Amino acid sequence: MIKQAQQFEKIAPPHLSAAYNLARWLVRDEHIAQDMVQEAYERALKYFSGFQGEDIRPWLLGIVRNTCFTWLQNNRRGNEPLEFDEDRDSAAHEAAWAGTDYNPETMLQAKQEKSQVNLAIASLAPVFREILVLRELEGLSYEEIAAVAGIPAGTVMSRLARARKMMRSALNMPLMKEGNK
Amino acid sequence: MNTYEDDELSVLIKANASYYEAPQNLRARVHAFLAKTAKAETMHWTKRWLEWQQWAGMGIAFACGVVLSLGVTMFYGEHGQQERIASQVINGHLRSLMVAHLSDVQSSDLRTVKPWFAGKLDYSPPVEDLSTEGYPLIGGRLDYMDERPVAALVYRHQLHAINVFVWPARGRPSRAIRSVTKKGLNAEYWRGDGMQYWAVSDLSASDLKKFAELLRVHKQVQL
Repeated sequence: MIKQAQQFEKIAPPHLSAAYNLARWLVRDEHIAQDMVQEAYERALKYFSGFQGEDIRPWLLGIVRNTCFTWLQNNRRGNEPLEFDEDRDSAAHEAAWAGTDYNPETMLQAKQEKSQVNLAIASLAPVFREILVLRELEGLSYEEIAAVAGIPAGTVMSRLARARKMMRSALNMPLMKEGNK
Repeated sequence: MNTYEDDELSVLIKANASYYEAPQNLRARVHAFLAKTAKAETMHWTKRWLEWQQWAGMGIAFACGVVLSLGVTMFYGEHGQQERIASQVINGHLRSLMVAHLSDVQSSDLRTVKPWFAGKLDYSPPVEDLSTEGYPLIGGRLDYMDERPVAALVYRHQLHAINVFVWPARGRPSRAIRSVTKKGLNAEYWRGDGMQYWAVSDLSASDLKKFAELLRVHKQVQL
């Protein structure tokens, strides 16, 4: 137990964005997500002595995830139908794509697509949403996702399949079979 | 294992879903928290070290106190005992002069004096012939010191009588001669060969000390 905070200080901050992105997608609020990350980092530091793995990212994200789920349970937000605040949710990416293409039509179309995808993800139940976010946005492996969510890898795969199915139906992307029908 | 549709969906999600980068103020918050904790941790260890030092210091101080008080007790215990015996031997010397009862066996011959104690004591007191040094043996008698019967050997130097009380010593041997003066009388005290010696006289302290040295050295030469 030598200078834990100092060691943690070195290895934890690179995962801050991954932690915030997950929290932000789970609690759906900028300020609460920040509080979640802060709280998760405090807890992570507290339990850092018990961490023996080689990769800190799944461990850290697992704590973020649990912090968020505790908050969702206590605030019953997970069961409520989630509304999608377009201005708020697309504001973060306004800058990213604003400069790429100034054709108003393409811009509108792109914006609509973004909104649709974001809305579709947001509409998923948290247990599906977390897996989709970790897989598609963080690029975690099934094993890593299993470690984060504390479920078997098989469950990760089945949940991911269900999440994708729900996404497709929300985005009007029928499977080829169905499309051929 | 992804299907074509899965890959298509993946591309669509990656291209369109918002990725929320950690805002700057969150970075600042977390960094501040971690820096604070790291500092607190360092201070915590420093504090612990200091606390440990304090406790260790207290422990050492306590141990020192115990040792010191033990030493004082032992020193004063022994010192007190020596004081008590010194009073006894000096009183014994005075008593021997008051009642003109200097000796029960009057002889300058140690071959007469020494056997006289046989059967009267459970030890044989060393008797020396120091007549050539100016301290002729006069005789011997029994006395009672330190709660036991002891041998009192009487020597003379000029007109001064010297009482030498001898009995088995207890405790550690100390060959150094120590001096006590009480009621205008001098007493010299030493240990050797399992015996403790008390020489008491109205001789000057230096003369008595010389006698004590002679007796002690003589004893050593004889052995």
